[in-house]
Amino acid sequence: MITAGIDVGARYAKVVLLDDGKVLAKGKGLVGFDVLKSASEVFENALKTSGLSRNDIRGFVATGMGRDAVHLKPPINAEQIVSVVVADAAGAFHVIPTVKTVIDVGSEEGRGIKVEEGKVRDFVINERCAAGAGTFIEAMARALEVRVEDMGPLALKATKAIPMNAQCCVFAESEVVTLIHSKVAKEDISKAIHDAMAGRIASMILRVGVEKDVVLIGGVALNPGFLPPLKKELRTDIIVPESPDFVGALGAALIASKHKE
Amino acid sequence: MTTQVKEYPTERLKCWNEAKNLRRKYYEDYLNAHEKGGLRWCGGAWSFSAIPAGLGEDVYCLTGEPYGATIAFFKDFAAQCHDAVEAAGFPRTLCAYMRNYWGSVLLDKYILADGTVVDGYPEADFIWQDHICCSHAKWYQIVNWLEKKRGKKVPMYSVDVSVGYTTDHLEDYKVNYIVQQLNDGIEWMKKVTGRTYNDKLLCDAVWNEIKSTSLWAEICTLNQAVPAPLDEKTMYSLYVMGTLIKHRPECVAFYEMLRDEVKDRVRRGIASTPHERFRVITDTQPPWAFLKIFREMQKYGAVSVGSLYTFGLIGMWEYKPDGTFVPRQIPPKKPQTREEALRMIVEWTLYKPEWAHFTVPEVKTQMMASIVKQWKVNAVLLHYNRGCEGLSVHIAENRFGLIKAGIPVFPFEGNMGDEREFDFAGTLSRLTAFFESMGLKKLKE
Repeated sequence: MITAGIDVGARYAKVVLLDDGKVLAKGKGLVGFDVLKSASEVFENALKTSGLSRNDIRGFVATGMGRDAVHLKPPINAEQIVSVVVADAAGAFHVIPTVKTVIDVGSEEGRGIKVEEGKVRDFVINERCAAGAGTFIEAMARALEVRVEDMGPLALKATKAIPMNAQCCVFAESEVVTLIHSKVAKEDISKAIHDAMAGRIASMILRVGVEKDVVLIGGVALNPGFLPPLKKELRTDIIVPESPDFVGALGAALIASKHKE
Repeated sequence: MTTQVKEYPTERLKCWNEAKNLRRKYYEDYLNAHEKGGLRWCGGAWSFSAIPAGLGEDVYCLTGEPYGATIAFFKDFAAQCHDAVEAAGFPRTLCAYMRNYWGSVLLDKYILADGTVVDGYPEADFIWQDHICCSHAKWYQIVNWLEKKRGKKVPMYSVDVSVGYTTDHLEDYKVNYIVQQLNDGIEWMKKVTGRTYNDKLLCDAVWNEIKSTSLWAEICTLNQAVPAPLDEKTMYSLYVMGTLIKHRPECVAFYEMLRDEVKDRVRRGIASTPHERFRVITDTQPPWAFLKIFREMQKYGAVSVGSLYTFGLIGMWEYKPDGTFVPRQIPPKKPQTREEALRMIVEWTLYKPEWAHFTVPEVKTQMMASIVKQWKVNAVLLHYNRGCEGLSVHIAENRFGLIKAGIPVFPFEGNMGDEREFDFAGTLSRLTAFFESMGLKKLKE
């Protein structure tokens, strides 16, 4: 049975097409002002890649902050919506069956989820400030005048550890500007940014507790500069699965399969 | 997609209009007190409100927290109050009720129960306050100062209640300390009002307060029934009488009527919401401008059956030897003298469960866990209420305690009285995730 899951995030929409647990196709694209239109384009591309049509899909579940935009609305017509927390838990359990703690850092939110056999036991989500989410790194990249995808590799080349405030994105930016004016190397500033963000995420995760295996997913998991400080802060190994940014969409597709069984 | 669940019969409360009338009359009486030759006093809802009652039958009060909450509910006026307070240089991190109240004074406007805003804030003849938290200690000092700036003289008396929450044995020195202050307070009131003091009225008021607060606990106990005859959103409109006029005979009469009606609802299986299948309790004051969150919960079949706050701000409780949390037994007989009345109300008040919020977090956790068990509750929603330092203190410890006891907990950030600090969409999204993690789906999609 073919099912689909879509994770309509703040920055990207991710689609997974699944056939009895096997991934048939994936797609990812930026979410624009017209959320339904952007998400539909991502979905249509995934269909094209797989050679399937909408009629082949027997179950469709949407998740992510933009899930309502595609719920029962053509051409996606997702029949069901679930929260990201539930989709993440299902997806992470599928890719790493030993998972007990899921850390999902997307562009808008950071989440910590305690998981038992794919079910959510407890969760925590960052509130209000983007300092615990990917947007923080984007904003700091702008201040440093580097591409966001270069931020992680840059941090790995740092030679110094500089403490930085990450309680507020706006104040952090002014701190970065001060560091720039002080002629601190971009590499060290980038590391300071990642360290600060990891510290903020870690303090949030500790509210639900850290239990192995710990899995990091979401778009920020693709950033190589974020993993080392997060491991250090949490004092634990962290697994980053393949395609960590698609785990939520995968979870949604799995929930769709289960629902249709 | 529809999930089929049992549907319970529902009915509007018959005494709903009476509740509305009492509240309407309360704010109007305060406003018009001087026209009738009466007296006005203001102070906190926790104040020993029975004491000024000895000054006469025509003494009307305005309690600060419910007034601040009323302002919060009417967002436009609340926004004006916030602007006025911030323009006057007060930070927005202070108690939100207090800021709303000050805003009303600064704007020289007064809001009635239905949201009608009238010109002219009605200054009190005196302030009768108690120091339950850091904000309460300063609240009316600033009111006094603001009134002075308007050319009004409003004398203030504050009772220090810092003796702490009483768990088992109530030591005499604690009672004596407060009784002495109340005795002094009576002499002070006589002096500032020029009135004589009637001990019989005091005894009546004390007895009314004891009966009101016991009756409210009895009403809350009836909510142990499944389905719950009352939901918390409705209870907010009912418990409020105890924050306004707990010492008045009207309050006793209303709670007796309500108790009988709720008993009847339980007997007939009348529910507050038709699809109850998941029972929650909350904690501390809600974000008053966003009570619609309770309606959103109902879409999942979730109903809040109360909270330690709703039960214990007004209701008086105790533990029975078998460990059950029950309405506190009222004293065997009505007080006959001033001394008896003062001792009785102090002893009664020091057992108020809400004191535990301030000083003994583990006792608060224990009381919440008792409510979870006896009221058949599935989960606890904890409001990290930025608007109230007093009742938010220790909440993180309560969260740990409840989780340790195996109770699912959903914490959310907000503010009871300042809508700028409540993210409705974000909170709803997280609440949805919580309900889904509890295995609930929307009843209709």
